[in-house]
Amino acid sequence: MTQVFAYIPFKNGSAEDVALEYPEAVKKIDPAASLTAVVTGSGADLDAVAQDLTNTYKEVIKISHADLAYPNAELVRKALQDVLPKDAIVLVPHDTFGMDLAPGLSVKMDAAYAADIVDFEGIDGTSLKLIRQELGGAVYTHVTADISSGAVITIRPGSFAPTEAGSAGGKVTDKSGEVKELPAKRKFLEIVEAEVGDVDITKSDVLVSIGRGIEEQENIEIAQELAEAMGAVVSCSRPIVDAKWLEKSRQVGTSGQTVKPKVYMAMGISGSFQHLGGVKGNPFIVAVNKNPKAPIFQVADVGIVEDILEFMPELTEAIKSQ
Amino acid sequence: MEILVCVKRVPDTAENEFELNSAGNDLDRDDLVYSVNEWDNYAVEEAIQIVDNAGGSVTVITVGDDESEEVLRREMAMGANNGVLLSDDAFDGSDGKGIAAILKAQIEKGKYDLILTGAQADEGAGQVGGMLAAMLDYPYASLVNKIEIVDDTTIKVGREIEGGNQEMNEIQLPCVLSIQTGINEPRYVGIRGIRKVASVDIPVNGAGDLGIDAATVGAAGAKTKRVDYFVPDLGDGAEMLEGSTDEIIEKLIERLKAKGGL
Repeated sequence: MTQVFAYIPFKNGSAEDVALEYPEAVKKIDPAASLTAVVTGSGADLDAVAQDLTNTYKEVIKISHADLAYPNAELVRKALQDVLPKDAIVLVPHDTFGMDLAPGLSVKMDAAYAADIVDFEGIDGTSLKLIRQELGGAVYTHVTADISSGAVITIRPGSFAPTEAGSAGGKVTDKSGEVKELPAKRKFLEIVEAEVGDVDITKSDVLVSIGRGIEEQENIEIAQELAEAMGAVVSCSRPIVDAKWLEKSRQVGTSGQTVKPKVYMAMGISGSFQHLGGVKGNPFIVAVNKNPKAPIFQVADVGIVEDILEFMPELTEAIKSQ
Repeated sequence: MEILVCVKRVPDTAENEFELNSAGNDLDRDDLVYSVNEWDNYAVEEAIQIVDNAGGSVTVITVGDDESEEVLRREMAMGANNGVLLSDDAFDGSDGKGIAAILKAQIEKGKYDLILTGAQADEGAGQVGGMLAAMLDYPYASLVNKIEIVDDTTIKVGREIEGGNQEMNEIQLPCVLSIQTGINEPRYVGIRGIRKVASVDIPVNGAGDLGIDAATVGAAGAKTKRVDYFVPDLGDGAEMLEGSTDEIIEKLIERLKAKGGL
């Protein structure tokens, strides 16, 4: 029987949303598979999360160790390696922690590795068929993973429908005793909080958000003029911050701010999942992009194939003359 | 500090509109524009800046075909001191672990304090750095957006985590780091820079040179395999506004008013 172990990250005593997404993912891997939640940490927080997970999972493995109080991927990897069976399928979220943990875990478990999976198409013999994206979401691919000696798979958060936290009446098994010595070549020091910028983009109902299509720093003024005419605020995607054209506090995305505007104007933004991960609350999305194949058009409400550098000034003028 | 940076030649997502071929199982690769993986430029820039301050040298390596030599030359034009191309028909079809195993074999021919990769490349897996570290038994940190040299054996690194926060870690050398964009501003490479390194010798190492058993890499050794490319039918997507720019703007303003955008 297929054995699946789902690693559950948590913060401040509550499991992250992905905890409710794994069960649907596992159904698509193999409806008959057994599914066990795995949590690592220490203290009351860990106990509370483990107990809470028994509402969703029949089996919950708890690994407690003082050094695991902060999820240092190197230590978590070693703990999982000591506790999980060799031929297991291990699921991890494809986020900044999962990316730190999972590739190395697959090497140490001598298991197949598949990253950032958005869907599964079941198992045929020892071959698991999966779906992922390449080239920033421009194309999808089918991938097969030989799971005969297990697999480590990162799944994209938000790709699988969340299950209702029910009353699975599961039990917690404490496997802390199986963890041998934890390595110490990497030590967690501290979290440096994001700097607060001059404008709080999370407070604005309308955002004019710019991406690579803005081309030059000087052109940001064009977006600012449109934002002014609309009573909006300028936000941006990652490349604009990487180029140091706008402050980090203006960046929308999983590695930036999470915004919940009423209207989101995606100007020259291709629409990577990391960017869209920061757009919540189901806003009305307007996408303008000169590439008709830009993934943003799949999620936008209204799409316009135009060069933003020509389109934005005309829109600004038209709004002003209303 | 001896630094090695792993780079990759990839289709440029900013320069291409990707289409499937007529059989529908691969990209139409005829007119694709290739360049250095964006993340790798940040890794090479970081390596050069560290060496400028602390001394040492920067070596760039890649697994690829003859055409991948151009990306090594570009990174050498930025300021990397040495380049090595890892190329062999037996490497074709390698999965992430295959690539990591090939890189590992080359790395073990030298002695490096710091090994850098881009945080991810065209396939978006972000896997090779972490695998390489685990194979070498070196510590690893991904999505690094800050490096501070403490002494010969220790560095401090910042990792980009959710919400724009930064996770600071202390790591012992040698280690592997995957570099996130935005850590620095990669220098511009002009025609002159490229010319300067145009005739520099770039050694090519195959499976034999690296002591790699061909059955463990390439398609033969891959546990994870890409079957095909496709573009799913995701429903209607956006309502596309068409017509003259004036007509489009009129329709857009109407909708923005209805939705509270104006």
